[in-house]
Amino acid sequence: METTGKKKLQIALYWGAACGGCDVAVLDTNEFILDVAAIADIRMWPIATDGKYKDIEAMEDGELDLVLFNGAVRNSENEHVAKLLRRKARVMVAFGSCAHIGGIPGLANQVTKEEIFDRAYLNNPSIEPGNRTVPLPESHVEAGALEIPTAYKRVYKLDDIVPIDYYVPGCPPLPAQIKGVLLAVATGQLPARGSVVGAGHRTVCDDCRRTRHERKIKKFYRPWQIIQDPETCLLEQGIVCAGSATRSGCGVRCPNSNMPCRGCYGPAPNVKDQGAKIVSAVASIIDSKDPAEIDRILEDVPDIMGYAYRFGLPASMLQRRI
Amino acid sequence: MMSNGFEPKIVGFLCNWCSYTGADLAGTSRIKYATNLRVIRTMCSARIDPTFILKALLEGADGVLICGCHPGDCHYVEGNYKAMRRYPLLKRLLDAYGIENERVQLEWVSASEGRRFAEVVDRMTEQIKALGPCKVRTALAFDMAER
Amino acid sequence: MRSIRIDPITRLEGHGKIEIFLDDDGGVSDCYFQIPELRGFERFVVGRPIEELPRIVTRICGVCPASHHMASAKAVDGCFGGELPPLARKLREMYYQAHYIHSHIAHFYALAAPDFVCGPDCDPATRNILGVVQKVGLEIGGQVIKARAMAQDIQTILGGRSTHVVWCIPGGVSKGLTKEELERIRPMADQLYDFTLFSLKLFKDVVLANPAYVDLILNGPYTLDVHNMGLVDENNAPNFYDGKVRVVDYEGNEICKYAPEEYHHHVAEHVEPWTYLKFPYLKQRGWKGFVEGIDTSLYCATPLARLNVADRMATPRAQEAFEEMFQVLGAKPCRALLAQHWARLVEMVQNAETLKGFVEDPEITGPGYRVVPQRITGEGVGIVEAMRGTLTHHYTCDEKGICTSANLIVGTTNNNAPIQMVTKKVAQALIRPGQEVTEPVLNMVEMAFRAFDPCYSCATHTLPGQMPLEAVVHQGGRVVKTLRKNLG
Repeated sequence: METTGKKKLQIALYWGAACGGCDVAVLDTNEFILDVAAIADIRMWPIATDGKYKDIEAMEDGELDLVLFNGAVRNSENEHVAKLLRRKARVMVAFGSCAHIGGIPGLANQVTKEEIFDRAYLNNPSIEPGNRTVPLPESHVEAGALEIPTAYKRVYKLDDIVPIDYYVPGCPPLPAQIKGVLLAVATGQLPARGSVVGAGHRTVCDDCRRTRHERKIKKFYRPWQIIQDPETCLLEQGIVCAGSATRSGCGVRCPNSNMPCRGCYGPAPNVKDQGAKIVSAVASIIDSKDPAEIDRILEDVPDIMGYAYRFGLPASMLQRRI
Repeated sequence: MMSNGFEPKIVGFLCNWCSYTGADLAGTSRIKYATNLRVIRTMCSARIDPTFILKALLEGADGVLICGCHPGDCHYVEGNYKAMRRYPLLKRLLDAYGIENERVQLEWVSASEGRRFAEVVDRMTEQIKALGPCKVRTALAFDMAER
Repeated sequence: MRSIRIDPITRLEGHGKIEIFLDDDGGVSDCYFQIPELRGFERFVVGRPIEELPRIVTRICGVCPASHHMASAKAVDGCFGGELPPLARKLREMYYQAHYIHSHIAHFYALAAPDFVCGPDCDPATRNILGVVQKVGLEIGGQVIKARAMAQDIQTILGGRSTHVVWCIPGGVSKGLTKEELERIRPMADQLYDFTLFSLKLFKDVVLANPAYVDLILNGPYTLDVHNMGLVDENNAPNFYDGKVRVVDYEGNEICKYAPEEYHHHVAEHVEPWTYLKFPYLKQRGWKGFVEGIDTSLYCATPLARLNVADRMATPRAQEAFEEMFQVLGAKPCRALLAQHWARLVEMVQNAETLKGFVEDPEITGPGYRVVPQRITGEGVGIVEAMRGTLTHHYTCDEKGICTSANLIVGTTNNNAPIQMVTKKVAQALIRPGQEVTEPVLNMVEMAFRAFDPCYSCATHTLPGQMPLEAVVHQGGRVVKTLRKNLG
């Protein structure tokens, strides 16, 4: 690719504790990806290209115009590379739910590292009978020493580890939103540092086509328990939905598929704690003035933690189980 | 069993019309009660967003007391019912966070219940003393210092 | 002792590194393929409503989220007594064909093709998707992007989303397919069918027409004497969504054939301290270490393994391709791991034919896509073939439908031991005492795991660019040499 006098943008995409869905979302911009390649040098993108840590270390500080970092931070390698890329980046973006608010891997903050290791390696129905081995950061084999990163006790969102310039929400972010962000960087039209970009400025409810009636309910239902009316607000049908506490911009994909929002775009503007807001919203729909009855009604809302912080436990005020 | 001399910090969110006046009455009646409560006056118990409670715990409160008018007596007709509905769900959330149940309590205290208010505060203070300090702050500080 | 460390290995879904130990002469004494990460899904889904699991476990992998979604949904169905309307099953299976096509296209063109279309030892700067486009033409490059996009679009039309779909629900799916939606899918299904045949032809023209490649596939060091695993229907044809797991040894004898709920009698997982990823093996044979041979307890679960365990394909055009493939390869089961790429294309033909079959199904736009389950029975095992191997989800729940345990054996995990072994084998064959470790040699080492399984080189490679791989040679704790190379 020839440069046309103008210096090409230097960009890197990297992942911490992630699933690869953010990278697929970038790929889902389809032909646009060729335009990106025309205006930018991709210096690192592990899922697609072979830039190594050494190459990044060899760069000048600030050499990268843009780093899109997806994934949470949950081991020493994630942290090391996040800090390395931060030094090299002029603009660093927390890309996708995991980097933004911890994401679904952040649910691990409700359990301990020991519990996770126990389940994965010691007590499960398919583990080798009698196994007592668990992975260790350092181990020795006949040929020499082997290292793997240290798993942390909890999951961190990216800005717990390094300062972040912009946040792109979504699990994964919508391809159209990704295009907008890349174009904004290319043309230098970025908003104030610290902003959320590539998303809306309202709630998912505001974008939802379903009708709300200010109706109250006597019973909650789990999604499988009733055939919902496709035109009515899911919460008013008794199905816990995070739409009212969640930032817009996703295209309301889940409610449009007759499934409730679980909050992947993170807290709506001016919402400090997404889960606290969801608690309020869920409680407000209850039609009762009797504490015993309220308690009974709430029996049908199991695992409020999983509804309140499906994607954002590490970004919640209390961050983890104490 | 608890550390000697632990004096818990309890944040009290008191509705302006009943509970705050009840607390006032306890004071003007010179009723002696535990000094562990830090009072924040809100216009109604409905105003007490669950966020406030989480923030109080995050900022170092060992307990949070929410007080509103008795059901049926709300100055805004139905405000305290909103608090009544949120509270049990919030408790479930706090459970999931591993925070002991007694640390957050909801009580109805009218303007004339100065003595009751004092009893509520005394009882809660004893309960929190028995529990010891809330670990939220130290736990999160630890997370940032050591992985 | 010297070692060559490749860190991170790239073009894979997730993180990984390879540590190659050299002996005093410069030959390979040992080689370790290490996975540095564990996320703990099996633990943190416990206590959650069981129907939420299909929405949670998708985040294990954003490249094959539908595999996890479907396996999870089936395990959850089991927890509700297994009742599923026939239309729901059809719709799920239809969705899954499109998911397969999206993944296989990306893998073949962006990942496998550079090594074959451009050549395993060509200039590394051109051994990438751009080099492929240069060879095959810009028009085909555009078609590849378009075809993958169509496969994604079909998923979005059916389930509301492609990545991280939320559509499967106990008792069915959350939305049906309208006639209008079907008409949008129809031409895409036709074009994808044509595209799969075109891809097969391209493979033949470019790879099979070149005797050097055929020799590399059949006679290179890329073979492994381990067994094969795959999901088959009642006719022993591959079925990616449902069926029984069949295990066939590399001489063609059936070792076992089990229903999903019997998995824990047949598969167990070994743990090593130097990697977070476990090593599944055939339980009844016991863990015997990283060994090949007819008595080994190790197996592959890959596209080639799936065709190796199958007696036939489920659709006619795929059957032709299947017969042709094994005829050229000369043996079935085939142990030449580079034939994975071919097997992947044969599978894709079946995917496209099956997809077209669903488009023609007069009942597909019907209303009966969901029932409300009436009972909670408390345990379920769901198995699908992920693109990267047999995927098992096993859940239990209490009488309120709250998850009490989860166990997952993920597609790529099945292949962990074989990948370990073939990486070492190829390294030992190609890195010779007294010879310099050159860039093409390192690429050939990488082709071992790349050929093996698309998860380590996952399906997101249409971005043109350089892909340097670095290998650092250590001696006495000092870096004596740094090699860089570019991959496609």
